[in-house]
Amino acid sequence: MSSVISVRGLKKSYGSTQAVAGIDINIAQGEIFALLGPNGAGKTTTVEILEGFRTRDSGEVSVLDTDPALKGEAGRIWRNRIGIVLQSTSDAGDLSVKDTVAHFAKYYSNPRDVEEVVSAVGLEEKSNELIRTLSGGQRRRLDVALGIIGSPELLFLDEPTTGFDPEARRAFWALIKGLRDNGTTIVLTTHYLDEAEALADRVAVINRGVIVEVSTPALLGGRATSLATVSWLGVDGPKSERTDNPTALVRKLTETYQGEIPELTVKRASLEDIYIEMIGGADVHK
Amino acid sequence: MSTNRISKNKVPGALAIGIARGGLEVKQFMRQRESVVFTLAFPIMLLAIFGSVFTNELTDGVTFSQYFVAGMIASGLVNTGFQQLAIMIPVERDFGTLKRLRGTPMPASSYFIGKAIVVFVTMVIQVFLLLIAGVLFFGVNLPTDPAKWLTFTWLILLGSAASTSLGIAFSVIPKSGRSASAVVSPVVIILQFFSGVFFVFTDLPAWMQQVAAIFPLKWMTQGMRSVFLPDSFAAAEVAGSWETGRSFLIILAWFIAGLIISIRTFKWDRQK
Repeated sequence: MSSVISVRGLKKSYGSTQAVAGIDINIAQGEIFALLGPNGAGKTTTVEILEGFRTRDSGEVSVLDTDPALKGEAGRIWRNRIGIVLQSTSDAGDLSVKDTVAHFAKYYSNPRDVEEVVSAVGLEEKSNELIRTLSGGQRRRLDVALGIIGSPELLFLDEPTTGFDPEARRAFWALIKGLRDNGTTIVLTTHYLDEAEALADRVAVINRGVIVEVSTPALLGGRATSLATVSWLGVDGPKSERTDNPTALVRKLTETYQGEIPELTVKRASLEDIYIEMIGGADVHK
Repeated sequence: MSTNRISKNKVPGALAIGIARGGLEVKQFMRQRESVVFTLAFPIMLLAIFGSVFTNELTDGVTFSQYFVAGMIASGLVNTGFQQLAIMIPVERDFGTLKRLRGTPMPASSYFIGKAIVVFVTMVIQVFLLLIAGVLFFGVNLPTDPAKWLTFTWLILLGSAASTSLGIAFSVIPKSGRSASAVVSPVVIILQFFSGVFFVFTDLPAWMQQVAAIFPLKWMTQGMRSVFLPDSFAAAEVAGSWETGRSFLIILAWFIAGLIISIRTFKWDRQK
């Protein structure tokens, strides 16, 4: 698979603070790649360099075979192929949803159908309403609509589902997966670990300007092989046991209880558990 | 996918996007009802106030209202362009509107063209209403000489353009949208006093006249006087003539200076 984003030895400092201290990333075409990391870890700086908003101090960066620092006409041709959904945008809102999306469509050589995009983000009922009448979650979906109107090959999503209700989030995830299935590469930054788990093909954890690990959500931090916790209701109250062999334990319990084991759960470490451990671990190294 | 790639190497033209932005900006402006009413009615209110306070004739047949209407149109150029943009652009920067635009293939020139269009359209409506009110209620006489209307036309066009480019250039100075009005408004008000908008220019102290002569508003006001006052009045100007050619060159120079500063220093993002 061809590489849509390739980064080697990326560094960026602000004064004496090194925000990004040598990062390597490869993102393949058609994958959803999530960047996780605490505030101030260098996540935003890295993404803004990839988006062409910030300059870098050193390192090689190639995004769609182009240096994002490029300006002028070549920069426009490059931006024509990408979509960016920023963290927070709050326009004055005196235009309707449809007018705004239709206007942004004029910036691109190959825009998607306006009504189709408005429906895709679930705003068809709000199409003729002014932006200022939208709720926070609806505004966020408009941001996404403006990010995808140019039929981008690569889409950056920064905290896309902040302020969404659970139903809207699931609908949004389906939309993003649909884009990925049509070949769009997606770079996602998020604070929600369940979102990274539901969406991402691969996850990178950044802390203190370096990448701690890159893996699939299921394998991150040795999660798949970590100890499992088996809990059930024993005769004298709730019981719980940590084991690297949960199947054998459950089989043993089946024999003891002759059928259904009361309140049985088998739980692996959640992505969040692993993540917190990794961030804490990186702290210790410092 | 391969045909997709080829067509993606050609992006829509900057002028076409700029015109689309102009349409959008005008639509947005018209929907902000309070600011529409204020922008369009304020010059008429000022004309009413000054026209009622100063009822004397400056010379035979030239009322203060006649003198003042020239100043009001010229300062309208500064208000709708420079002042409006230098206050609104920092707000758009705070809202993230500019950063979002920066992330699209829209070039900076299209954004500037859009601003120039909304300033020009607002200006035309404002002048139209001001002249109607002036003629109907304050005894303002409109020129009949086509040459004067020609001067009027280029003054509005070049004046709007210069005011736009200077407003965009100045927009980097306010640190935030909230402080913008406090930074920009005093500049405009002082310039209006110095440039002979509220008072007869030649009545001002010489040092004030000299300071004003550096800035474009003085030349816009003088140019507008050449349109609305009889030619006999030219003798009463500082130079003893309208200096139309000089006005043109000075306003043009400010337009170019504003444009160069805008292109070099424009900020899309608050953080940088």
